[in-house]
Amino acid sequence: MNTFSDSARTALSLITSLDPAFAAIVARSLAVSGCACLIACSAGLLAGAWLGVARFRGRALVLALLNTALALPSVVVGLVVYLLLSRSGPLGFLGWLFSFKAMVLAQSVLVLPVVTALVRQVVGDAEAGHGEQFASLGARRFMRSLILLWDERYALLTVLMAAFGRAVSEVGAVMVVGGNIEGFTRVMTTAIALETSKGDLPLALALGMVLLGVVLLLNGAIALLRRWREQVDAPAAAQAALPAAPAASGAAP
Amino acid sequence: MTALFALQSVNVCFGRVPALSGCTLRIAAGDRLALIGANGSGKSTLLRTLHGLVAPAAGTVQVDANVRQALLFQRPHMLRASVLHNVALGLWLKGAPWALARAQALQALERLGLADLAARHARALSGGQQQRVALARAWALRPQVLLLDEPTASLDPAAKREVERLMAEFAQGGMTLVFSSHNLGQVKRLASRVVYLEHGRLVADLPTHDFFNGPLPAAAAQFLKGETG
Repeated sequence: MNTFSDSARTALSLITSLDPAFAAIVARSLAVSGCACLIACSAGLLAGAWLGVARFRGRALVLALLNTALALPSVVVGLVVYLLLSRSGPLGFLGWLFSFKAMVLAQSVLVLPVVTALVRQVVGDAEAGHGEQFASLGARRFMRSLILLWDERYALLTVLMAAFGRAVSEVGAVMVVGGNIEGFTRVMTTAIALETSKGDLPLALALGMVLLGVVLLLNGAIALLRRWREQVDAPAAAQAALPAAPAASGAAP
Repeated sequence: MTALFALQSVNVCFGRVPALSGCTLRIAAGDRLALIGANGSGKSTLLRTLHGLVAPAAGTVQVDANVRQALLFQRPHMLRASVLHNVALGLWLKGAPWALARAQALQALERLGLADLAARHARALSGGQQQRVALARAWALRPQVLLLDEPTASLDPAAKREVERLMAEFAQGGMTLVFSSHNLGQVKRLASRVVYLEHGRLVADLPTHDFFNGPLPAAAAQFLKGETG
């Protein structure tokens, strides 16, 4: 108990003193996950919206594969990206292994199915509910997917925040492809794993607190957004809306 | 008179469930056609088939290629946007540039007495107001035929009267109306012709006066007795 309280005290002083090495790790974590989400969301929003309205042979199989990809272990993603980027791999010529870019790529791959599947669900539900009304106005499938994407933008912001929560809290993929190199590819989750194994609990705890703080901020933002949306859509508030997908609550293995 | 719509032995199925069976119907310009029948009798499916949203499994649906039509749903969906943008959307989807679509949408709102709502958030309106905005969205397309799926269901009496008044105005202006309704008083007030559907089959197709006063097929008579008795 003393160890915990001492560690917590030291961790708080690390946070409040804005230790440069500590701040760099936090900034790098946010940058990697932010870039990964940006890339994954660019593709995932369009792919998910299209899957939400498209009807084609084999769609059920695509959706089954997509939903399976939701459960992709991050170390497996890390391993696959490692093999792709390794010197003998098909993308080895890029020379990205053990770099910031490799970590962004790995997290993008990890988050893409999350964004695509959740967007598909949101847009698919909207299409089933009132897609026909836009069809009656002359909107074809692709246009309908864009209209529904825009109309469900608040629900989708929740999806994006959940995706960021997933990215920032994963450890396996960035550990494998980033290598946890100090001052270069060390991020919050890999640093927590390393410092804990070394017995440097205050730094690990401080990083853990920041990680939880980021996730807490995300959940707070989601709650505020939902409240604001309910006020704007007051008469329609009783209609079905996507329940807030809580952001991840800790480091995923 | 040339038919705007001609349905010949049309069958529509949802999976294995038949929604329309052997429907034959002609609708001419200027008709004010009411579709009545119990829930699940095929009224909405018939409207969606006329509008081209549902493809028949058998039979033919002939629609005058030049006819402009719009469909008003029972519970119109409003985008999370202003009333003006909701009305302009339909015009924009038909190919109008956005600035022109906005201008025409404003005209439509003025025509329906809704100009003061133009800047309001459409989702914040009452059900009756949303239905009138949806009517404006449909009217903005300048349709020759307006299809309405239970347009006054779940509206309060004042909103019901207002929507009915607008429908009557449209009809007086020469618009062809095809609407489904459970409100027989409304059917008497607005329709020139009544079609009764049961289990997807067209059982009776008569002028309004004859439907309510003349001899009817047993199923339709039973329905009318139940509704008015």
